[in-house]
Amino acid sequence: MTGDDTKHLPLEDTHVAAGARFGAFAGWSMPLTYPAGVMKEHLHTREHAGLFDISHMKLFEVSGPGAASLLNRACPLDSGALEISQSKLTFFLNEAGGILDDLIVTRLGDERFMVVANAGNAVADEKHLRELANGFDASVEPLDRVFLAIQGPEAWAALSRAGIETGALLFMHGVEPRKNWFMSRSGYTGEDGFEIGLPEADARGLVAKLLEDERVMWIGLAARDSLRLEAGLCLHGQDITPETDPAAAALMWAIPKEVRASGAFIGADALRASVERGPAQKRVGLKPDGRQPVRAGAALFDGDGKPAGHVTSGGFGPSAGHPVAMGYVATPLAKPGTRVFADVRGTKIPVDISSLPFTPHRYRKG
Amino acid sequence: MATTYFTEDHEWLRVEGGVATVGITDYAQEQLGDLVFVELPETGRKLSKGDTAVVVESVKAASDVYAPVDGEITEANGKLSSDPSLVNSAATGAGWLWKMKLADESQLAGLMDEAAYKAHIG
Repeated sequence: MTGDDTKHLPLEDTHVAAGARFGAFAGWSMPLTYPAGVMKEHLHTREHAGLFDISHMKLFEVSGPGAASLLNRACPLDSGALEISQSKLTFFLNEAGGILDDLIVTRLGDERFMVVANAGNAVADEKHLRELANGFDASVEPLDRVFLAIQGPEAWAALSRAGIETGALLFMHGVEPRKNWFMSRSGYTGEDGFEIGLPEADARGLVAKLLEDERVMWIGLAARDSLRLEAGLCLHGQDITPETDPAAAALMWAIPKEVRASGAFIGADALRASVERGPAQKRVGLKPDGRQPVRAGAALFDGDGKPAGHVTSGGFGPSAGHPVAMGYVATPLAKPGTRVFADVRGTKIPVDISSLPFTPHRYRKG
Repeated sequence: MATTYFTEDHEWLRVEGGVATVGITDYAQEQLGDLVFVELPETGRKLSKGDTAVVVESVKAASDVYAPVDGEITEANGKLSSDPSLVNSAATGAGWLWKMKLADESQLAGLMDEAAYKAHIG
């Protein structure tokens, strides 16, 4: 099942002991489900606290007098305007404005930033950032960390019992609570929660403590995917790609107004032109009528049977209680309530354009 | 008396009076995870061995279930429309998928018995 090049999580033994079923994702052997199964894992996260090993993702520290300028070139971001500990969703764009990766950038200090990148793009991201860094007085350091996420309404309480106080930290903020630790209040589920990068030895200790708490259970990649899809959050490589720009992806909210107007980031001209003429297609939520899931890759048609777009992510939403999906449709159709049809094995399934998220976000904003 | 057969694709068939009740094994439902939808076949549909008879959908993926032998669908398990999780909770019982009238009972000779299937899944 796993080739020689497959990467393994530092805590793999812990997942094996927990009974995980593994599968390949972005070059990694990842826990897909635990014995509880995707449905229970998903619901447990929304009700209590789910623990995820996301060490396949990569943390980079970008530092130096030119760090802010480097990031402002690499991303549609005003990194100098971030307050210390503030995080921001941003992107690496290509010259055409296409999304090479989506990232979370957190300002750690005057001249220090943490960048969290997706597993599948980590190698390309590092090369991209290092090449750009040549023109700036800045260094790019990939960090060797275990990366854990703990998500759900009881995440803060479970961390507190494990000896980690989170009280002052608000959504989309990150700090360094201990040596070589990075902890942000963020996640990929739509719930309140935290992501913690830390050395392996510390991680083993923290995991052991957290799992003593009956509110906490391991959650695999399958439930991570259904949770993020219900929350309307994009998966790079599916919902956003180098062929989609932030305007088409309905992610312009992540780009500050002044940066849109006058930022000198890579892809700025192309993105401004795209915004100016309006994207031909837009990312939307899709709610299939009935019980049958509509999956990534399904073609969408309008009421006259003309091609209308395609599905980029789709499955069943255990909390929503119905199938959920997202995809791209022709801009005139991109209004909640518009009905289109998905081709599933030759049958046309009615699908309604839906606002996102499918389950309300419950972030701790203040 | 009914005889139960198994396939390498993790299906079971319970054959009685020329009619087979077909489902997936407990091993298969475990591999698939929680099912959320089962696309059932029309009664009267004629199937050749290897045709897709049913599509079972988990939270994450859709998987085909093939006709293990030639025959004609006589009934689909309608209870699965409202409760697909029956396949998870009772794969070899109430979670059966369809019944088919066998076209050629000699095809059953190529299938496994329970002991052989257990050896097959290790």
